[in-house]
Amino acid sequence: MFNFKHEWIEKNVGLMLIATMIAISIGGLVEIAPLFFIKETVEKVDGVRPYTPLESRGRDIYVREGCYLCHSQMIRPFRDEALRYGHYSLAAESKYDHPFQWGSKRTGPDLARVGNKYSNDWHVQHLIDPKSMVPPSVMPRYPWLQTTALDYSDIAERLKALRQVGVPYSLTQGEYDRNVKDFGADVAATLHIPDAQKNLIAQAQSGNFDGDRSNVSEMDALVAYLQVLGTMVDFSKYDNDEFVKFR
Amino acid sequence: MSQQKPQTVQTTGHVWDEDLQEYNNPLPSWWLIGFYVTVLMSLIYWMIYPAWPVGKHFTTGFSTVTYINDKGAEKSSHWNTRAQLMKDMNEAALAQKPYFDKVTATPFEQIAKDPELTSFINSAGKAIFSDNCAPCHQSGGQGKVGHFANLTDDDWLYGGTHEKIQESIAKGRHGYMPAFKEVLNKEQLDNLAHYVASLSGEKADAAKVKAGDALFHGDAAACYYCHDNSGKGRQAMGSANLTDKIWLWADVPGQDSDEKKIEAIRLVIANGLTRGVMPAWETRLNPEQIKLLSVYVHGLGGGTK
Repeated sequence: MFNFKHEWIEKNVGLMLIATMIAISIGGLVEIAPLFFIKETVEKVDGVRPYTPLESRGRDIYVREGCYLCHSQMIRPFRDEALRYGHYSLAAESKYDHPFQWGSKRTGPDLARVGNKYSNDWHVQHLIDPKSMVPPSVMPRYPWLQTTALDYSDIAERLKALRQVGVPYSLTQGEYDRNVKDFGADVAATLHIPDAQKNLIAQAQSGNFDGDRSNVSEMDALVAYLQVLGTMVDFSKYDNDEFVKFR
Repeated sequence: MSQQKPQTVQTTGHVWDEDLQEYNNPLPSWWLIGFYVTVLMSLIYWMIYPAWPVGKHFTTGFSTVTYINDKGAEKSSHWNTRAQLMKDMNEAALAQKPYFDKVTATPFEQIAKDPELTSFINSAGKAIFSDNCAPCHQSGGQGKVGHFANLTDDDWLYGGTHEKIQESIAKGRHGYMPAFKEVLNKEQLDNLAHYVASLSGEKADAAKVKAGDALFHGDAAACYYCHDNSGKGRQAMGSANLTDKIWLWADVPGQDSDEKKIEAIRLVIANGLTRGVMPAWETRLNPEQIKLLSVYVHGLGGGTK
């Protein structure tokens, strides 16, 4: 009769490693893998689109400056969060984020729906000197964003990399036509990689996010990104319990 | 000091440093029973709550949540946090309903006569204001010269009645003034700045004021078109009253010399304004919250009849 002794595992590092990996894999397989097959995981919702080139560069700056270390982008379905931040976040809303910026630390407030909550002017002043707008704030100052020109020379390469992992930026006419069908002509135009630089400059000019039309600054990009967060889905088109059925 | 264990307990057989040994005690029974109870509890949890993936769906469990949606329909769902949130919101709304119904039903001019309602508006309004308005207009509504309007004085760009405040909150505002450096030369800009300074009693050069007056009321600059012949502005279009000592964009009171005061005014005329943006709140707040908030803002000190 096979006589199992715990001692074997304890005394054999290789066996211990393999057994640990098997145990952890079971957890992963049971908890994570099914989400790829359960059809309710990502909600069916209109309006979610990939970021425009300018917003995408703003997101890069968000990551570069480590904003995610103090700000989450994940409103949980609790009453206090609904009252302060708005509708809970949907999985669909970050389906084009690579990697997502849900975060796990809130030294500052959640930013999942900060878009259109404040004016561009507020964001600019607040990023340059947070205490001037919110006196008790402990957020550091980011004054260089306003004075540093945005490097968008490699924007096409960046979008190509995102396209590689499944974000529907278009390179070919066929892909562009598909985007027109999926997102409409206006959005599809902003997702076309050959026009990325042109679109980036145009959005910075017309949006005038940093209050200075003479150049495209990092502030332009970051504010453009912040102003789109959580605004893609028009929740007024849905019953307030529409997304209950996806859980 | 712990007592030496009797030697009847087995050791693991290891010996270190000549006499250091390890007891091979079984797990205490209270611990073992606790462990099996938690295993049993997990079985119960699996039955009550969503748990195991099965094909393209999952076991939903027996527990249900009943809530009422915004269409007033009563719905029931297997237990999940989103349905639970609906139920929590229902319960909270029910507790606040008598107050909010009263806010909705009571005309603005009657609200101040009801002490209980006023006290509800003051506490609920403060919470909503702090979450949404205070980042720009500051916690007391005093605003920020150069950026965001002061809500505690009686100078209103778009009107300070309850109805106008309600409209500003719900629909948002977008202030706009063209940049006059495109159409006026430096001397003209300077003359205008002197004239505007004189309107509110600031020190200004009399000759330049006269030239500025002509520009203000003439067709070259046509300031009167928005700011009115009187310079008092038109609330229908959100143009500022230039005749009082209250400044939003040009930080006149903050300057220590007359030249700097005029320079501050000149810069606003030259560069114009596009950043005076108030977001529309009707997508974030519901109508009864907006009405409550307009009473709160009106009561910050500056509300007009």
